[in-house]
Amino acid sequence: MNALLEIRDVVVRFRVRGAVFSSAGSIDAVSGVSLNVEEGKTYGIVGESGSGKTTLARAVAGLHHASEGSILYRGQELRGLAEGAFRPLRREIVMMFQDPIGSLSPRLSVKSLITEPFRIQGMRERDLDAEARRLLAMVGLPPEFAARYPYQISGGQARRVGVARALALSPKLLIADEPTAGLDVSIQGEMLNLLARLQDELGLAIMIITHNLNVVRHITDRVGIMYLGKLVEEGETEAVFAKPQHPYTLALLAANPEPDPDAQLMRVELQGEPPSILRRPKGCEFHTRCPFAQPRCATEVPRWQAAKGGAHRCHFPAGWDTAAAAS
Amino acid sequence: MAVLDIRGLSVGYSTPRGELRALRDVSMMVPEGKIVGIVGESGCGKSTLISAIIRLMAPNARVGAGEVRFQGRDLLAETEAQMRALRGTQISMVFQDPMQTHNPVLTVGRQMMDIQYRERLSRAEKRQRAERMLALVGIPDPEARLNQYPFEFSGGMRQRIAIAMALMAKPALLIADEPTTALDATLEVQIIKRLRELQDEIGCGVLFISHHLGVIAELCDEVVVMYAGEVVETGSVRDVFHAPAHPYTRALLECDPGHIKVKTRALPTIPGNIPDLVNLPGGCIFADRCERRHAACAARPTMALAGDGHRAACHLITERETA
Repeated sequence: MNALLEIRDVVVRFRVRGAVFSSAGSIDAVSGVSLNVEEGKTYGIVGESGSGKTTLARAVAGLHHASEGSILYRGQELRGLAEGAFRPLRREIVMMFQDPIGSLSPRLSVKSLITEPFRIQGMRERDLDAEARRLLAMVGLPPEFAARYPYQISGGQARRVGVARALALSPKLLIADEPTAGLDVSIQGEMLNLLARLQDELGLAIMIITHNLNVVRHITDRVGIMYLGKLVEEGETEAVFAKPQHPYTLALLAANPEPDPDAQLMRVELQGEPPSILRRPKGCEFHTRCPFAQPRCATEVPRWQAAKGGAHRCHFPAGWDTAAAAS
Repeated sequence: MAVLDIRGLSVGYSTPRGELRALRDVSMMVPEGKIVGIVGESGCGKSTLISAIIRLMAPNARVGAGEVRFQGRDLLAETEAQMRALRGTQISMVFQDPMQTHNPVLTVGRQMMDIQYRERLSRAEKRQRAERMLALVGIPDPEARLNQYPFEFSGGMRQRIAIAMALMAKPALLIADEPTTALDATLEVQIIKRLRELQDEIGCGVLFISHHLGVIAELCDEVVVMYAGEVVETGSVRDVFHAPAHPYTRALLECDPGHIKVKTRALPTIPGNIPDLVNLPGGCIFADRCERRHAACAARPTMALAGDGHRAACHLITERETA
């Protein structure tokens, strides 16, 4: 096993300024996350808004400083690396941002956008036209697109430009933040197929952040489920889908409406709303919404424990057999 | 009887390139007490259709033809004052983004009382109704919550408050425009369940717009599939999802990764793009992306009966019958 990226007990802490009557403090947007991304594999990070998925991704890409823990990329510690030392690594670790049009400068042509990484990395100005053509062809866009501006292309095309730009320098690790959010299903498929093809061709490792479980199921090898800044469960995608251990995972899987009016869904009703990260519940952080919570869950923090093919954080792991329950 | 009955509606936008024909000959209806889903991808005309129903159209929009009958009255012929009297009382709406639907500087209670301005009730009675409505959509401790401002509620709660406000006047028709897209999966399920319960209780017709096929399948009684400004298929959810009659509907369902049980790295897609609505191709609107295109597709198909109450605009249906 050769982990390209090893994340160990990472904490990303933000200072919050107190309101008039409350004291200033800090919040842990990411609170002790550990996971490995293997070379050439896809790791999915799932969770609801505010669960810390994007913050974790940004910490790996060096856009947030991790306060604790370690982030090892090919054995090299990224935490605390100065900006100057990080820059060469940005050839290998690239991030694709959420808003496809918003992340492209409206004043630059597609050609300038996708060849910008060469300039930033101080690479010799080779034949940029040829590079632009190569990159456009790679993501399946015609060469004429080089002369267009972001407002002249559709959302799906903008994402392709985003992929071309991210992959311009042949990185080893691509971090994709919600690469299909807001896309129609027919275009979502194209985007995911493109990523899968490029992964095979370039031997790319992908860390994909999404709340869409259907996407995760098809394209990831491993998956981690986040809740309030912590991983509640992690493991091989197939195993997690077949036998979720943590009740939150189970609830997420059950909350995934199927395009079939007769689907007999096993519903797990969550009570209430996700708590504020400013007021973390005591004990297991999920116990306030957990349908299976016991007295112990309110007082004792569950340990991160290994299970078959993965790990989870629950006193009473469900070990639900989703296939058996559905039939 | 149908609460809403749209017949032959065409709407265009004038653009520098010429008229963009956003809706063409659209007919559909919402029967009393039913939930009808409209499903379609970006650019299919969902939003134009809603804005035409409530007559809040962009300044460059123009209705070319058709009728929008609401309880028998043609809304397109009503005066602006008559429309204003309908909106919020007989027809109400829930919008996509719950973070922006409320006034940030007024308490939720104040807003919920204000919208009852037409009722001849005392302040105390209005407050009581507001409280009851909040309880109904599952907001705990409603009395105290009425004194809070929108920012003190989470997104899921705000959307439930929006639903409570929309249903307060017991409208005959509720239009919900992608009300769950901005919410997380577990909250989406809560909202859908709540909407279903309230609709049962109030008995209003609901027009539910979504691009999420799973949500439509779970919530709706009937579904209208739109593509590039036309209705291509209508029917009960069961018929349309189990036996889609239009190739577009079939392709759309196949593309939904939720439909594919076996893990795959090659997801199905619909090749090609939606046609340019300024320079429309002749014939069937889906023809150049359709797997089953044939000679007949050069002519525009009409809605044909594919089963009991199940219609689709495809030549294959009539051809199958005559063959």
